Amino acid sequence: MRRYFGRKLLIYGLTFFAAVTINWMIPRFMPGDPVQSMLSRANVAQPAAVEAMRAHYTAMFGFDLPLWQQYLNFWGSLLKGDLGISIWLFPTPVSDVIIRAVPYTLGLLIPSILLSWFAGNRFGAFAARRKWLDNSVLPVGYVLTATPYMWLAILLAWALGIVAGVFPVAGAYGFDLQPSLSWDFLGSLAQHWFLPFASLFLVAFGGWAIGMRNMIIYELEADYVNYLRALGAPMRLVRRYAFRNAILPQVTGLALQLGVLVAGALVTEIVFSYPGLGHLILQAIQNQDFFLLQGTFLFIVIGVLIANFVIDIAYVLVDPRTRTGMGGAA
Amino acid sequence: MSEVLPQPQPQPPTARREALHFALRNRKLVVGTVIVAVFLVAGLAGPLLFDHGPNDYVGPPMAPPSGEFWFGTTTFGQDVFAQFVYGLRSTFLVGVLGGVLAAIVGMVVGFVAGYRGGWVDELLNMLTNIVLVLPALVVLLIINAYLGVRSIGVQALFIGLTSWPWAARAIRAQTFSLRSRDFVDLARLSGVRTPKIILREIAPNMSSYLFLTFILLFGSAILIAASLDFIGLGPTEGVSLGLMLNNAARWSALQLGLWWWFIPPGAGITAIVGALYVMNVGLDEVFNPKLREM
Repeated sequence: MRRYFGRKLLIYGLTFFAAVTINWMIPRFMPGDPVQSMLSRANVAQPAAVEAMRAHYTAMFGFDLPLWQQYLNFWGSLLKGDLGISIWLFPTPVSDVIIRAVPYTLGLLIPSILLSWFAGNRFGAFAARRKWLDNSVLPVGYVLTATPYMWLAILLAWALGIVAGVFPVAGAYGFDLQPSLSWDFLGSLAQHWFLPFASLFLVAFGGWAIGMRNMIIYELEADYVNYLRALGAPMRLVRRYAFRNAILPQVTGLALQLGVLVAGALVTEIVFSYPGLGHLILQAIQNQDFFLLQGTFLFIVIGVLIANFVIDIAYVLVDPRTRTGMGGAA
Repeated sequence: MSEVLPQPQPQPPTARREALHFALRNRKLVVGTVIVAVFLVAGLAGPLLFDHGPNDYVGPPMAPPSGEFWFGTTTFGQDVFAQFVYGLRSTFLVGVLGGVLAAIVGMVVGFVAGYRGGWVDELLNMLTNIVLVLPALVVLLIINAYLGVRSIGVQALFIGLTSWPWAARAIRAQTFSLRSRDFVDLARLSGVRTPKIILREIAPNMSSYLFLTFILLFGSAILIAASLDFIGLGPTEGVSLGLMLNNAARWSALQLGLWWWFIPPGAGITAIVGALYVMNVGLDEVFNPKLREM
């Protein structure tokens, strides 16, 4: 088991290293000049002012140093928690901007991921090999999982928000409210939270239900199932065994899907102008705020790595084979 | 796909006829294929119907669907149907290019890692795991944000380079189980070189599996491209279904009630990707007799 976690941690360490390196490399080696595009955004006419700004931005990226030193400095300031200054919200440090947005993204992501995973697995397992349910669940599940997150979000916002007028479609709380611990505020928060949550939940739910249904069908063909049935075990019991076996790949699947789910949350936030990381990314792109964009990227990578590690621990808990050192899918 | 998998020892005709027999009787496969084909034809032939470009201002602004403009017009008087069929083209293009590239990288990594084993496997496995853990869309976001001019080709290139890992993993596992079979040993004993063994002995034995992998990569490339376009990092010129959604959201189509602007592009993506997934299940049933009887 120590070997299992050691390996995982090594991979996550290397991934973090790779992410930081990508983050450092892209502004330097991609075609296009970030300093130039920030200058043109500022739209200053005086040549002297432009020169001063160019010098300032070049020094900010550290483009005037030799490459190896730029790279070391990049790590140095990163380890000090310095991600630079946001240009969109000048002079707020990028890390402050991000930390303000993170709770909103987590508040959407964690419930939608966990609930869709539990509900989807339960439902998929229940539907498998039950003629009528199977035939209706399958197409619905495929349509849901093929739906682009932002489109479902747009449809919900339009149907329930604008046409029916039941839910608000922008922001995380009413524009007339200040964040506080009052019922008014919390109610408004929950109301604004519901639609983005629902669209994330639905798309992910379809995927899990289908995955589980297919796994159960494979499991029901296995020898142990035939054996149990030959012994006359009740179908309920057989299904329970099949479920326990089928859940393992779904745990691994959760780790594999994290990137997709995060991406879904980002575009959903954009649809609802929900003030989380997705909204930050949109603003960063529209304002050519490269520091903010890169900071958000690193934050998301770290978040995904932590989540992966949590799933690894969960895997050990559900699969006894990894605990006794008998291998299992590591 | 086909240039990577040269047709191996031809299968005995009975097996092929049997696969065809089940393929034509598999409702999922037939329905999925028909839907994909309809959209493909619309994307290929549709643009020929118009003598104006997809972004030209040809009609009255905000017109609902009518005989003249089938899907209505945007706030600027652009023909939504023209945008839709042109957008289908880019969607298929990005899906095929991105899917093929990801499939090639995934196959090379998977075959080599699975067949060679040892330190090559360790190394490639490490690489696969690293790319697997990195959230693809977020990496694509920062790459595309720094690109000054963006095109569909470059978009597909980066999608392909970031979405191969799970395919590589799956192919590696399959290769692992095939490499100790007798016919592979025989080929090795008779002095066939490694690349040839992989292409002639191993790949053909999992060709159905490879095809299924490609279909899934194709679908996911379409979805990733749509997200990128929606965030505003789509191709700088031209149209795509994701860009249409982006424009609709940016110019308040929701608030103005222009449902004909944002429903078709999303429905198109959903239909194509959903049909690909259903096709995938159908093919799986055709190739895998165990799943057939239902």
